[in-house]
Amino acid sequence: MTTLHIDDASPLVLYTLRLADNALVLGHRLSEWTGHAPMLEEDIALANVALDLIGQSRALYTYAGEAEGEGRDEDAFAYLRDAEGFRNVLLVEQPNGDFAVTIMRQFLYSAFMLPFWRKLMGSADERLAAIAAKAEKEAAYHLRHSAEWVIRLGDGTEESHERITDALADLWMFTGELFEMDDADRALVERGIAVDVSALRPEWERTVDEIFAEAGLTRPADVWMQTGGRGGRHSEHLGFLLADLQFLQRAYPGASW
Amino acid sequence: MAEKKIPLWEVFIRSRNGMSHRHVGSVHAADAEMALQAARDVYTRRGEGLSVWVVPSTEIIASDPDDKGMLFEPTGSKIYRHPTFYEIPEEVGNM
Amino acid sequence: MYTQALNNLDIDTTGDDAALEARFQARVDDEQRIEPNDWMPEAYRKTLVRQIAQHAHSEIVGMLPEGNWITRAPSLRRKAALLAKVQDEGGHGLYLYAAAETLGKSREEMVEELLSGKAKYSSIFNYPTLTWADIGAIGWLVDGAAIMNQIPLCRCSYGPYSRAMIRVCKEESFHQRQGYELMLSLAKGTPEQKEMAQDALNRWWWPSLMMFGPPDGESIHSGKSMAWKIKRFSNDDLRQKFIDATVPQAHFLGLELPDPDLKFNEETGHWEVGEIDWEEFQQVVAGNGPCNRQRIKQRRTAHENGAWVREAATAYADKRRARKAAAAAAEAKEAA
Repeated sequence: MTTLHIDDASPLVLYTLRLADNALVLGHRLSEWTGHAPMLEEDIALANVALDLIGQSRALYTYAGEAEGEGRDEDAFAYLRDAEGFRNVLLVEQPNGDFAVTIMRQFLYSAFMLPFWRKLMGSADERLAAIAAKAEKEAAYHLRHSAEWVIRLGDGTEESHERITDALADLWMFTGELFEMDDADRALVERGIAVDVSALRPEWERTVDEIFAEAGLTRPADVWMQTGGRGGRHSEHLGFLLADLQFLQRAYPGASW
Repeated sequence: MAEKKIPLWEVFIRSRNGMSHRHVGSVHAADAEMALQAARDVYTRRGEGLSVWVVPSTEIIASDPDDKGMLFEPTGSKIYRHPTFYEIPEEVGNM
Repeated sequence: MYTQALNNLDIDTTGDDAALEARFQARVDDEQRIEPNDWMPEAYRKTLVRQIAQHAHSEIVGMLPEGNWITRAPSLRRKAALLAKVQDEGGHGLYLYAAAETLGKSREEMVEELLSGKAKYSSIFNYPTLTWADIGAIGWLVDGAAIMNQIPLCRCSYGPYSRAMIRVCKEESFHQRQGYELMLSLAKGTPEQKEMAQDALNRWWWPSLMMFGPPDGESIHSGKSMAWKIKRFSNDDLRQKFIDATVPQAHFLGLELPDPDLKFNEETGHWEVGEIDWEEFQQVVAGNGPCNRQRIKQRRTAHENGAWVREAATAYADKRRARKAAAAAAEAKEAA
């Protein structure tokens, strides 16, 4: 079986896959915490977020497959593309690190996704609008949960403040990509299907500033933003993640599970 | 290493069927917001609830089991509080 | 969710008031539930704390072998199901710790005992999960055995334990089905998949039978637990029930049970198994299983790595309380 490429995907398929890949990769990352979280309650909480995200990815992959019309199902997309075929933003594939990194990654992402899903709920594409309506509620909780932790880690102990500050420094360079748009996106925005993400920046910054103020954190300035994930050029980490994720499908090609 | 204990909270959930909040269990959390989130994450994973209360376990005032007789037995003899105490002829119908 | 019959309890019944004890026993005999503030014999309390804590530890350690495969689950459907299942086990550990806490032992103390190696947990989790089929075998056999153990616990005389178990059993109902369905897809799959399923059954069958604990004859304190209605069936009875239920399920899968002596007794209507290797069981319980050290190390690492997070949460709560108090004081001063 050959590796699936998505270079010639239609704008709608590509758009849907990017959203699906974000959700799957971040969901997968969070699932790595299971059994290892700082306390039992948090173990369960992180698994809930992971399950929400994996659920989102499944709905989106299924729709992408239908829109593409070539008979690919959710697993064909998730398990049979190599890293360059994945179009998630770099932020979500960053390793879990310590709990501070995981929480900061979740906060920066959720603060973006909540207004994103809200806008997508009004999409001219009914399927995307329906997926967004469900995801919006999930994202609202993810944001609440991660923001509460950002505040506690920022305003907790000296050590936690140091760790969350460090996490912010690790991750901030990946936030620029959230607001990128290419021709495929713009074409869909014009048709009322996609969200103009550049318009989401003020709200995202407001959320970030508000929570950082409570947490005693400062938004980093003048950081050179990393880019590439949306175009299939990833960090070193995604390959390892996929080696894990895809192992059985690769070792036993064609088997069904 | 003696770690500081994280407080225990009692969790009450109001289920979908419109019943009162019911005690479902406990969680550990450092403060009220975290307790509320933990309660949601732990006790509503299968769509069980529409509303959650959390109460610090130390704030629950419980009756003493030794007072059980004094508190609860006197009502046992007040059978006239129950509808079956009164006899109504069958012809009258349901009442 | 997993219990293992407990037989190594040192029960000290001296010094309790005979009249109180008689009243207590009468309530138990009458199928009334004992509640946290009720008088109870010290030995009853100790037995329960130990059993519930072991039960909780089993759930928590049990997350690890299955957790191994969450990131490698072969389809998104399987991934979501496994993640939900392992998460449930965490939840069950949490309910059980809370039930034990009603008897006056803190979660911190119980966790400390687990991490120091003082507390026991179900030894089944000291076996490794080597292939994806192990996830099926655990769901089908280990959860299946656990359910046999746990359903009677829903009627346990201690109220909080019984209520926790009712919740647990309700949530667990999908766990065994999940495992059996997984085995079914392997058994009906490619030759490699079927081989994988058979290999998993070979490795998990005997340890699953051991989950019910030693044979009744060697069960030291079962009698007291039975009288207290903590335990309602003997190890061997539950084991036999499990065997009778499971053998036909294995046959339906087209798999072979790794027991040349297995035979159906027409007279009794029961399946009879060969000799269980109790030496292996004792060794694993004593800490010499393939993964005992690894599992505890993983738990310890998670606990230690999380210490700064728990400290931060507590520090923040303290700070906020202090700020609130200061604000209230300032307000009072202004008003005065």
